[in-house]
Amino acid sequence: MTFAIVVFPGSNCDRDCAHVVADVCGQSFRFVRHTESILPTADIVILPGGFSYGDYLRAGAIARRSPIMAEVAEFARKGGLLLGICNGFQILTEAGLLPGAFLRNASLRFECRDVTLRVENVSTPFTCAWSGNKGKLAPIVRMPIAHMDGNYYVDGGTLQTLESERRIVFRYCDADGLTGRTANPNGSIANIAGVCNEAGNVLGLMPHPERCAEALLGGTDGRCIFESIEQWKQRKGKNDCA
Amino acid sequence: MKVLVHIMLKEGVLDPQGKAVEHALRGLGFAEASSVRLGRLVEMDVAGDTATARERVDSMCRQLLANPVIERYQIEVG
Repeated sequence: MTFAIVVFPGSNCDRDCAHVVADVCGQSFRFVRHTESILPTADIVILPGGFSYGDYLRAGAIARRSPIMAEVAEFARKGGLLLGICNGFQILTEAGLLPGAFLRNASLRFECRDVTLRVENVSTPFTCAWSGNKGKLAPIVRMPIAHMDGNYYVDGGTLQTLESERRIVFRYCDADGLTGRTANPNGSIANIAGVCNEAGNVLGLMPHPERCAEALLGGTDGRCIFESIEQWKQRKGKNDCA
Repeated sequence: MKVLVHIMLKEGVLDPQGKAVEHALRGLGFAEASSVRLGRLVEMDVAGDTATARERVDSMCRQLLANPVIERYQIEVG
């Protein structure tokens, strides 16, 4: 499997992603510069975290206009797997590949800590490795967040659509899995931490799975996302990603 | 000509920065201030006649300067 990891000016989690892909999961990767106009052959594209273009104007607003993004959108349109982490999620909403937009954290602070999340949908290409406990409650996992503009917003109608189509993939929760206000680190509507597109092949999430994919770094829950992608590709085959 | 674009969060979209500024103003004794909202002002020179400039800047807003999910904008020409 080959992961294409897009590097924008100001990306700072691209190498962390590459490390997990290569050293933890034993897969191959290619870095792709934002200025390139052709995407190399890849099984999945990752838009990594960071502060592309210094978060100028709005987080992700300028990166979405990079030459490579037309190719990334076309890749997703054809059903290719596309994962946006943190700033990558912000870029996906700015590009219209995922619904919603991001506001400043309600706390007005840069939130940098571990959070607990409820995996609300274990049928996506990015979460299927959590589907082992069928019939039980949604899995509760732990991942770090590190962002200033993570306050996810959608209008009421879109929220209803996301709920009814089970496109809210991750929600912030407490240790017991309850999604109360105190478990919400940034003010996101309905405690949303991650959503997918209608076809399910594009996922954005604010927490950083690549920062918790090995025990040495204090947690392994993030590895499940990378394992899910591998399992999904093995099951579905290379040319049928959606 | 000089063009100003005022970009504000839409009504109903929570503005945590505006709330914090309002809180601080009240702390300073300005109890008459309420509904404080923060926005962005973009200033630029645009070539061409007024009507064309307005149309072009509107296109800039839709494509980059404002995010229609959360923001509204107002263009001031000349």
